[in-house]
Amino acid sequence: MRYLMRRIIFYVVAFVATITINFFLPRAMPGNPAEALMSKFGGRLNPLALKSIEIAFGLHEHEPIWNQYLQYLGQLLHGNLGTSLAYYPASVSGLIGTALPWTLFLVGLSTIISFVIGIIIGSISAWRFGGAFDTFMSTFFTFTYAFPYFWIALACLYLIGYLWGVFPISGAYSMDLVPTLSGSFVFNVIRHAILPSLTIIFTSVGYWAVNMRNTTITTLAEDYVTMAEAKGITLRRILLRYAGRNAILPNITGFAMSMGFIVGGAILTEIVFSYPGLGNLLFQAVQQEDYPLIQGILMIISFSVLAANFVADVTYSLLDPRVRVGGNQ
Amino acid sequence: MSAASPSSTPAQGAFRKFRERNSRILPNIKARIGVGLLLAFVLLAVLAPVISPYSPTYTGFSLGASPSPAHLLGTTRSGQDILSQLIWGTRPSLDVSLTTGSITMLVAVAIGILAGLLEGIIDEILMLATNIVLVLPSIVLVIVISSYISAASDVTISFIIALTSWPWGARVIRAQTLHLKSKDFVKAAIASGENHFRVAFFEILPNMFSLVAANFFFTCLYAVVTVASLQFLGLGNINAISWGSILYWANNSNALMIGAWWWFLPPGLAIGLLGAAFALINFGIDELTNPRLRREGP
Repeated sequence: MRYLMRRIIFYVVAFVATITINFFLPRAMPGNPAEALMSKFGGRLNPLALKSIEIAFGLHEHEPIWNQYLQYLGQLLHGNLGTSLAYYPASVSGLIGTALPWTLFLVGLSTIISFVIGIIIGSISAWRFGGAFDTFMSTFFTFTYAFPYFWIALACLYLIGYLWGVFPISGAYSMDLVPTLSGSFVFNVIRHAILPSLTIIFTSVGYWAVNMRNTTITTLAEDYVTMAEAKGITLRRILLRYAGRNAILPNITGFAMSMGFIVGGAILTEIVFSYPGLGNLLFQAVQQEDYPLIQGILMIISFSVLAANFVADVTYSLLDPRVRVGGNQ
Repeated sequence: MSAASPSSTPAQGAFRKFRERNSRILPNIKARIGVGLLLAFVLLAVLAPVISPYSPTYTGFSLGASPSPAHLLGTTRSGQDILSQLIWGTRPSLDVSLTTGSITMLVAVAIGILAGLLEGIIDEILMLATNIVLVLPSIVLVIVISSYISAASDVTISFIIALTSWPWGARVIRAQTLHLKSKDFVKAAIASGENHFRVAFFEILPNMFSLVAANFFFTCLYAVVTVASLQFLGLGNINAISWGSILYWANNSNALMIGAWWWFLPPGLAIGLLGAAFALINFGIDELTNPRLRREGP
């Protein structure tokens, strides 16, 4: 368990570092965004919003920076992320709470589907190493990887959504619907999610496929595979029951880690498809210079990345005993 | 890699044979296509004043015209020739990706070699910093930082991207430094009294050139796509002519909804092809050199 202790300490340090970066970042920027903000909003801000900016940016210049930092930490401990400027008087945590489920639904589901498809394609590629399927897939993925995501998304939006009109092109559900748990509403939500989800899967499946292919090929060179072959076990069975299980290990860690990027990783998807998730909210905040909201979202995203990485570490140490033994040295 | 298993089973034999053939021919083809593409873009950037049919900023043409012999890719809504913009846009896109790649690799090499060579407490601290930056959500940070700095220049954007993307390289380079350190020639150099600086620059660095190069091109790929994404979002320098800013203005003018594919598809294709060039060179180098490098990284 020393391994886990070390990891826990690391994540605590990393989290404190993230909070600190989040705190000092706007203060370290040239031109002081806080002052720009004050002059922009002038006297139109009411006291509560003003307080929110003060905490986010430390406008109490007479107060030492350490005091400001401690105040900021105190606010965080109370779960108080401040008040939004653009959506005043909504609280930052309230806005995040509304946006987060949409992101988790859209990007989470897409990532899982992408992972499963990628693992299957990768295994087949390794099985048919050097064959037509493998060569085609490797070349294909080189290109899906190199093209900017937002451009592929826009092209899909144009072709499938606009020209062919198969799927709705923006939002999470039709504007004339009231969110309920009725069948028609759920169906509407799924219809809206298909196009953005397809673009995420299309652009991310290559990553899993290439990784799975490479780890499987590496695993096939292991002695126990040779042994299995010597025993006369078929190649298919070796791939599925011997090599596949071990080859999938590093990918499971990668998968757990990528769950953390779900929250922040799909900013462009949400922007292109006007999906009401966290990424879109962040972009709105950036455009409207809503600094308390930016800070709050950055904070949530960092936290989920760290949490997912921690889960990845725990999973790995559970699945692979060598990690635990290594930690005891 | 071929000498890994002297005796082998039929399946492994087939794998090995393919890998041998694969490693000599295919990567060369990959790398060659990549280098060819990259050179074509460099040529385009250098010759932009000669090839470009019009000035990219001249706004006197008919507004929002579709492709014609006079304007092969049509014109923008403010009357600029899109083909000329595309050709001139090669310069900043190449520029920013190569700059970002260089800065990132400088930081990665410095930290990776330092950590690997010195070990002990300095190694611990450097690796802690590396691992922390590694888990920061980089695209989010890049977007937020470039929004804090209003109208950030290309160089600033390069620095921002480098700031969040060096850890990948640093970790691989540290691992390779540790590996090289256990080799006799480095041990001999240290034993004969060479200082750290000399060991780093004359013994270790030349022996991981391919690793540094592969990482450099990978960072370039990341930079091309990231910068384009930023500009598409309206962050960074959108008033200069670049592929990302063409896309920004195209999107701003609803180019898609009015069916102006000629405005919108070519810059994306250009970004993708330049990205593919970097990716192909990266894969080529990766496959040509020892594939064990990747597995040794933590």
